[in-house]
Amino acid sequence: MKRTRCARPRRSLAPVLLLGTLAAGACGRHEEVALVLWQEGLPTSSPAAQGFQVPPPPFTAGVFPCTDCHDPEIPVNTRRRDLVTAHTEIRLQHDEEHRWCLDCHDAGNRDMLHLAGGELVPFEESYRLCGQCHGDKYRDWRAGVHGRRTGRWDGEKTYLLCVHCHNSHAPRFQPIEPKPPPTPPRRTP
Amino acid sequence: MSEPCQTDTAPSRRDFLCALAGCAAAATGACVDPTHTPFFRDHLRELAPDEIARMLRELEAKESARFGKEVTVAMDGPRPGVEFAYALDLTRCVGCRRCVYACVEENNQSRDPEVHWIRVLEMDKEKGVDFAHADAYYDAKEVPRPGHFYVPTACQHCRNAPCVKTCPVGATWQEPDGIVVIDYDWCIGCRCCMSACPYGARHFNWGEPGLPAEELNPKTHYLGNRPRPRGVVEKCTFCIQRVRAGLYPACVEVCPVGARKFGDLNDPAGEIRYILQHKRVFVLKSELATLPRFYYFFGA
Repeated sequence: MKRTRCARPRRSLAPVLLLGTLAAGACGRHEEVALVLWQEGLPTSSPAAQGFQVPPPPFTAGVFPCTDCHDPEIPVNTRRRDLVTAHTEIRLQHDEEHRWCLDCHDAGNRDMLHLAGGELVPFEESYRLCGQCHGDKYRDWRAGVHGRRTGRWDGEKTYLLCVHCHNSHAPRFQPIEPKPPPTPPRRTP
Repeated sequence: MSEPCQTDTAPSRRDFLCALAGCAAAATGACVDPTHTPFFRDHLRELAPDEIARMLRELEAKESARFGKEVTVAMDGPRPGVEFAYALDLTRCVGCRRCVYACVEENNQSRDPEVHWIRVLEMDKEKGVDFAHADAYYDAKEVPRPGHFYVPTACQHCRNAPCVKTCPVGATWQEPDGIVVIDYDWCIGCRCCMSACPYGARHFNWGEPGLPAEELNPKTHYLGNRPRPRGVVEKCTFCIQRVRAGLYPACVEVCPVGARKFGDLNDPAGEIRYILQHKRVFVLKSELATLPRFYYFFGA
């Protein structure tokens, strides 16, 4: 059932989200609602309950749920090593001298991530994991200032997860091709 | 509008045109009341609600027939207590020009001759914000190019707008929610506003705007993205047709790096207030005291 939770956001939480948004709008403290929930250590059931509507995480087709391949019965090799049998396309460029898979991915529950303190978080709440190191960005993101938001300036907004724009294994933004330049004004002969 | 033309000691422009048209109508035997045509009507802000409604209906019928699909022309007014402002994160913008083309599609700019409301300036990191050495025509395989940063510009919606002050006919003004608008049917095409604008934000339709029917955005606003005639000035309206309906402007939604922020300056929980309170913010050419509603900030 954990699997279902991660794979798709719960539909039944939509009214909660709406109420959350309304309450946040009414008291004008969108950010603090999320903060309060976080600080009190309540079980944060979903991003929506924290005040953020986010699309599902951008998994590569076929990689999730992880337990499809990572059989919970097989003991986990916790030794830090180069991956040669699977996930060879992942080239970690994210503080790679100090980090590796199991710093973020949980060894006990392969379909979850974990925070530094051990709390499990689903992939759709990965911003909490990123926010542990990138606190300034997390603060700006919650206020809607870091990252892209769509929707209504006066109401419901859709946030993007950090991983919608940043590859979590190599988060630096890659250069992109620009759209064509405007036509320069013609000189009269 | 159907009452007879008044005669008093100082006849207004409308009285004069009314009398003139009356003579013309009498001469040709036409029985159309000429004061209802766009050319003879009063200034937009002097029109009664029923006159505006009729004008919009006529405009919708005309544009629908011209483009062969249903075009709506709205005239949503400003919301009380709302003051729009815009903020752009210079540490994020990569100069990809997605905003330029999203704007063209949303706002029905002429494709040929080309009209862009947004101009992205490439600047040298060594020189800083320096318009003298900025390049709007950079052609790169990939952006951002090393050693450069990008400053997108469009209408700054100044609170003290030189363009509004200079317009000789009152065809452009600032709305209560802060959007500087143009009535394309009142603009005489003198381009005084263009020379007054310190930001190069206004654009003139030198030729008949080329807008293919299949590329037309049929949801239009009278003061915004409705198709423009030749010989009038146009510019960014913060996507008036979207923002007055509660949506973000098209450029905000398309920006792949999330550099563009928009909201209500009077909302204490809004992103604009957060930026003004927490970030380093500046406006372009502040020495001119135009007091723009368009802020640039450093998000990092």
